[in-house]
Amino acid sequence: MIEVRGITKTYKTGDVLFEALKGIDFSIKDGEFVAIMGPSGSGKSTLMHILGALDNPTSGTYFLDGKNVSTLSDDELADIRKDKIGFVFQSFNLLPRTTVLRNVMLPLVYSGIDAGEREAKARKSLLLAGLDEGHFHNLSNQLSGGQIQRVAIARALVNEPSLILADEPTGNLDSKTSEIVLGTFQRLNKELGRTIVLITHEQDIAEHADRILFIKDGKLIEDRTTHLKRIVNQK
Amino acid sequence: MKTSDILHETYSSLSANKARSGLTMLGIIIGIASVIAMTAIGQGAQSSIESSIQSIGSNLIIVAPGAQRGPGFQVSAGRGSAKSLKISDANAIASDVASVKAVAPEVTGRYQVTALGTNTNTEVSGVTSTYGDVRNVQAEEGSFITDQNVESASKIAVIGPSARDDLFGAGTDPIGQTIRIKQQDFKIVGMTKAKGGSGFSNQDDIIFIPITTAERFLSGDQYVTTISVSAQDSNSTTQVQNDITSLLLNLHHISDPTQADFSTFNQADIIATASSITGTLTILLAAIAGISLIVGGIGIMNMMLTTVTERTREIGLRKAIGAKKKDINKQFLVEAITLTFSGGFVGVVLGLLISFLMTYFGILETTVSLSSIILAFCVSAGIGIIFGYYPAKRAANLNPIDALRYE
Repeated sequence: MIEVRGITKTYKTGDVLFEALKGIDFSIKDGEFVAIMGPSGSGKSTLMHILGALDNPTSGTYFLDGKNVSTLSDDELADIRKDKIGFVFQSFNLLPRTTVLRNVMLPLVYSGIDAGEREAKARKSLLLAGLDEGHFHNLSNQLSGGQIQRVAIARALVNEPSLILADEPTGNLDSKTSEIVLGTFQRLNKELGRTIVLITHEQDIAEHADRILFIKDGKLIEDRTTHLKRIVNQK
Repeated sequence: MKTSDILHETYSSLSANKARSGLTMLGIIIGIASVIAMTAIGQGAQSSIESSIQSIGSNLIIVAPGAQRGPGFQVSAGRGSAKSLKISDANAIASDVASVKAVAPEVTGRYQVTALGTNTNTEVSGVTSTYGDVRNVQAEEGSFITDQNVESASKIAVIGPSARDDLFGAGTDPIGQTIRIKQQDFKIVGMTKAKGGSGFSNQDDIIFIPITTAERFLSGDQYVTTISVSAQDSNSTTQVQNDITSLLLNLHHISDPTQADFSTFNQADIIATASSITGTLTILLAAIAGISLIVGGIGIMNMMLTTVTERTREIGLRKAIGAKKKDINKQFLVEAITLTFSGGFVGVVLGLLISFLMTYFGILETTVSLSSIILAFCVSAGIGIIFGYYPAKRAANLNPIDALRYE
């Protein structure tokens, strides 16, 4: 459950103040698949950083699972990210020259899960993300873009977070692979009831979600359910 | 983050860049190995020089004639050239100076020595029976010069091993052979134990004959070349040296000590001088090695800084998935320390190996001290912590958002 109330974010560069977010309110219920859409410079990245507990808002409150995240210290934010949030990035950010399994196990290292249990959990979430077992011991740089992004999704899932935050996850992929990755998100949302927030600047990508929040110039200008949801048929 | 995880992360990130990790460690390896090897060489040189000085004799004081001066315009023929010491001086030292163990006067000269079909130019030393005790010379075969030989001025000789090699060939038995020095035949009755050359002179290229024989047939006068005196113990050498000086000044009727026609050397002074030279040498070598150790440490810092920059996105990702500052800090610090420690370990082994090989191949008898190993190892650990701290702190303080965006 996400509740955002009156969030603002102001950056200061020298003497120049820049208001990236000018008071945003919305809430997202558990199990929703929401796209946050806006052109570049609209403030959607800033919003994503706040939702992802990477940054504190200048004012306003952000409740994640009933906990006020907006005023926490660096280390407390790290704990929130560890326990409640799974990130999927545009540039994948896998560890190079490291096996798929170890990449997926990485979040478990920081959450203090016993080494024995890690591999089983990693395998489970890799299968959920739709990667063949044959690739589990490949090095991350031996995979295709679509496979890499599934590994990244598996890594986001492995800690069973309350929220999966995908920042332009298809930005570096071709349209066919993008469809597959978006299909993976839809399946995780529908079959496992995962809450997913997808950040994108493309309308047709956003239309894969159930609900779209339009951000422009730091303000929420529209909040609507998707008129015509694009559904990817999974084999 | 558990310790085992940190070690695992360290292992995988260091082994992912084997060449770079290896090269970085090489700096520390060379640094540590040279610190250990250099100090071992320095200390080896020190003890080898000291022992070769000791082999000249123990608690030795040498009295040598002063420079020869002509009347009027002073032309010096050089120190030791004057004929101012006599056997009577040696006898006076033996009877009048306290704490003297033995006195050995000596008449030395270089002569062409011939044997059957061979000849060599070597030092011929006329000595008394006490010479062996004072100057640490023993007969290996046969006997050394005896009092009887000196009394009767017999034409017998005791030959050094190197002179034997030159005249009769290595490994031959010279005893009973005859050699000719200055048209006189000498019968060889003994050979001395090898003492080895000490770089400056070969102590084995020598022939000993009775001092009386040398005076009568070779030098033709009553003067001696040097008087070697051995004191009772090392504490009395200075006292004995002073007593000899005042006794001889008195005997030679010289009132001004600066005008003395002889000079005295104390072995302890020579050892002290040699020790201070080799001590300086050891410090110099260690300093050079220390510099390479510091350069190695800077190499580690350089690599760690490069690593932090190169792995900025990885650091950002680790932070995004919940790594705290202290986790990142620990990870990079442990990496640097692991590099220096393993480098330090290999360096110690390499240093020991170099020292061992130097000894094994007879280049120099090296002495590895435990303290140099401990010091080198502590320094390498310290370098790991100091030069790893700054890069690790930089990594830990990265903002996850900026780090993730870093291109």
